[in-house]
Amino acid sequence: MLKFTPRRRLTGGMRLPANKTESTARPIHKAFIPPRLIVSTRQHRGPAAVPVVEVGQPALRGETIARANSIDAADVHAPTSGTVVAIEAREVPLASAVVVEQCVVIETDGADRAVREPAPVEPGATLEAKLEQIRAAGIVGLGGAVFPAAAKLRLASGVACELLIINGAECEPYISCDDMLMRESAKEILDGAEILRQLVDAKECIVAIERDKPQAIDAITAAGEALGIERLSIAELPSIYPAGGERQLVDVLTEVEVPSGRFPGDVGFICQNVATAYAVHRYFRHGEPLTRRIVTVTGAGVAEPCNIEAMIGTPIADLIAACGGYRGETVRLIQGGSMMGFAMGSDDLPVTKASNCIIVASAPEVRRDSHEWPCIRCGECSIVCPARLQPQDLVLAARASNVAMLNELDLFDCIECGLCDVVCPSQILLTQSFRDAKELVRSSDAREAFSQQSDERYRLREQRRHEAAVADEQRRDEIKRMLGSEEDRVEAIRAAVARGRERKGETDVG
Amino acid sequence: MSAETARFGVKTAPHSPPKHAVPVIMRRVLYALVPAAACYVWFFGFGLVINFLVCAAASVLAEAAMLRIRGRPIQPALGDGSAVVTAALLAFSMPPLVPWWVPAAGGVSAIVLAKQLYGGLGKNLFNPAMVGYAILLLSFPVEMTRWVPPRMGDIDYVHLEPLAHLAYAFTGTLPPELGLDAMTRATPLDLVKEGLRSGQTFTEIRANSLFGDFGGRGWEWVGNFLILGGLYLLSAGIIRWHIPIAMLAGLVIPSGLLFAFDPAGYAGPGFHLFSGAALLGAFFIATDPVSAAATIRGRLIYGCSIGFLTFAIRTWGGYPDGVAFAVLIMNAAVPLIDRYTRPRVFGHG
Amino acid sequence: MLSGIVILVGLATGLSTILVVSARMLGKADDSAVDAIERLLPRIQCAQCGYAGCRPYAEAIADGAADINRCPPGGVETVRALAGLLGRDPVPVDESLGRASMLKRALIDESVCIGCNRCAEACPVDAIAGLPQRMHTVIAAHCTGCELCLPPCPVDCISMVERNA
Repeated sequence: MLKFTPRRRLTGGMRLPANKTESTARPIHKAFIPPRLIVSTRQHRGPAAVPVVEVGQPALRGETIARANSIDAADVHAPTSGTVVAIEAREVPLASAVVVEQCVVIETDGADRAVREPAPVEPGATLEAKLEQIRAAGIVGLGGAVFPAAAKLRLASGVACELLIINGAECEPYISCDDMLMRESAKEILDGAEILRQLVDAKECIVAIERDKPQAIDAITAAGEALGIERLSIAELPSIYPAGGERQLVDVLTEVEVPSGRFPGDVGFICQNVATAYAVHRYFRHGEPLTRRIVTVTGAGVAEPCNIEAMIGTPIADLIAACGGYRGETVRLIQGGSMMGFAMGSDDLPVTKASNCIIVASAPEVRRDSHEWPCIRCGECSIVCPARLQPQDLVLAARASNVAMLNELDLFDCIECGLCDVVCPSQILLTQSFRDAKELVRSSDAREAFSQQSDERYRLREQRRHEAAVADEQRRDEIKRMLGSEEDRVEAIRAAVARGRERKGETDVG
Repeated sequence: MSAETARFGVKTAPHSPPKHAVPVIMRRVLYALVPAAACYVWFFGFGLVINFLVCAAASVLAEAAMLRIRGRPIQPALGDGSAVVTAALLAFSMPPLVPWWVPAAGGVSAIVLAKQLYGGLGKNLFNPAMVGYAILLLSFPVEMTRWVPPRMGDIDYVHLEPLAHLAYAFTGTLPPELGLDAMTRATPLDLVKEGLRSGQTFTEIRANSLFGDFGGRGWEWVGNFLILGGLYLLSAGIIRWHIPIAMLAGLVIPSGLLFAFDPAGYAGPGFHLFSGAALLGAFFIATDPVSAAATIRGRLIYGCSIGFLTFAIRTWGGYPDGVAFAVLIMNAAVPLIDRYTRPRVFGHG
Repeated sequence: MLSGIVILVGLATGLSTILVVSARMLGKADDSAVDAIERLLPRIQCAQCGYAGCRPYAEAIADGAADINRCPPGGVETVRALAGLLGRDPVPVDESLGRASMLKRALIDESVCIGCNRCAEACPVDAIAGLPQRMHTVIAAHCTGCELCLPPCPVDCISMVERNA
């Protein structure tokens, strides 16, 4: 298999303790059927799919239970057989927060009956048909951001796609689901990658993996040799966070910086996670829509850290129980990695397609609430910043609510990777202040737009009233001119009165 | 299978604990100064310790008083240790044999004028220790230039016991058989400045027994230990290489060039490097993050300019050493440097 | 001694003359000050400040005729922004001017509305639509919450509601 050498070093970034060995000691646990599944109708970034089942109705594995009504969404399927017992709003952990979504609650029957016999799906004739298939298969980006795969692939259909990057970097601490999937299903991933490459007609395909995953690299290389796929190569990346970010990957592999405010797809690069490629393989070769994903369950607070294939909708409490349950005191439950993941208040939330990792964290693993010292301008944050920002200046602008300065310092190029917080000796909550600042700028922009709109409407109204006043004046003058002298006017009025009497008389007679 | 639901605290990302803390950094800077301080005490007597203790007490008291006046919480700000670091650097910058009110006045003016009046830690434009030093030098020129020779066999060094040192610092009395003049000598930098001015060649000046291989005897050893401390700070990730290297380059390159052209009329690069506050400045003073440039390119410019200004003041200026003034001048330029060395943001132009 | 005094007095006179002359000649600076002030106002032309609109109020502030706390819809944020621009201390908004807020919008109770059109005539941003003698309604996206439509309504069918409700 061809080796591709990265062209450039990562901008900023930092080596972090990986904390991945605990969860990679055992093979992936196979899926189990929990008594109840809570399947959100929104499993992706974009508008929710619309439920197409009713309460009381039986559901079969692979059956569509919610249908997307836009290209920016994806269908949702029943992960196993059972009965729909409720369709209700519930909290679900999605891409970057816990949100409330309409969920289909299925009571499982344990029989796991499928809606139809598994059979390969013939790819559609046109790009549009193929994208439709991917959307109907419920395939979304499984790296954690759950951008609908079809929407992303379509982005690149307008431009010539230079490169398809299959992202197996998995740079964030704790997460190891992609690593384990590559070790165990390398051939399937490469097959899915090739289907994707042909779909977008990319010139090349590169599988990018961080160097701290030697077994995954070996497995992918061996599979590549065995399958003999053309235009496919593997790139080993240094294990530096955040090498797995899309912009960072494109930059390191091709020396192209994706312009600020645009997507990699806009400039001809498509990134898809290895698990997404695997899902594509499962659908086109076996006819299985996306109903389960591999979740890393790890952290010092869980008895047996491991990777587990979970049905979408499995309550996280069941998932943790399947990994031996809690151990010691758990202070925080995180979905995602320890850098960009978000804390969940409760373990009764269900797994979504975004649930790549659940960290059951003990006290020493997480940041303590501590005193913040004043910024000493050590500049470490700006050195590790992958966007080359100046967080030490940004935080001052954020505290002063100085919108102009925030924009000048390119606040919106912050990818919220969290590195500045980790290196800050003053322990300032930088990333959170930048999130708040973005919100501030957005609301201030909205306010300014509203002010301009109101101002404009006021001016138009004033102009209209002025014009109306001028027109009235002109009309008065015109009539005066028409009537001529004072006597003429008196005469005209008399005539008009006479006409009126006459007419009145007529009606009286009539 | 379903367990009882558990509830957890909700905090925002990142969850990974931070790697550094300000008090730890300050403490490590102090550790890094210990070897050089021990060496200094060996060669120049116990005065450094007294000066440091007096200066630290004055700095901490001044800081507490100012925080009180400003209505800010006292404990966290005192606990960060920055006032003690300022005191240590200030003590290193003054002669060992001074009355107690010199370090006390230095500590108070450094903390009050240069730090708290600007808003405390992180807000000061100028390096507090250097402001304190400059004020002392201008206010007490006699006391601040009364240096002692190193403890070397062939030099008429007079050793004072710690108690005698204490007595001098607090009462101004020396043991009866000793006079101040007998104990103090010019520094190598003074000798070079005066010598070159009066027409001696650099080689002639160096013949004085106060000179060693590069700089002054004794001073060289302190310099070695300062380098050691600097290397520790570098390896511990407390400072980065840009400012020290740039500053030393800014000092060594011009002095090396002029020395190559006119070895008689100019002091050599080795002398510049190992004399006065060059090494202390490079590793401990110019690297003070608060008053230094924050961007990488900015740090190179900042460091280099300090080095060059130090060289220029030593060579053509009125003072024998110029590190403090060079640092203060460049402190003033930092906002400008940072503004114009901001790197291109990812994905822009 | 004498020469020193002469030089200093000369310098002071000369420089102040230059300053005065340039201040007179560069009179346009006034206008840009009004522009800057106006930019910080909400520009919804609600006239709650007692001036005919945001521009006249900005002019009044620039002239020193009005305080910076006379804009209820702008609230604390506007006062703070103005204080920052003009180097003054922020003061609380003058509550005697009403409580109009951009967070609210007008809502016409359409079952009560008699179609007199007086509210539409009062609206400074044409955010009320309707034909005479027919039901009127507020275009939510354009309503600034200025409350100018409340007093003219003869049947009190207009109320202020939360913008996002």
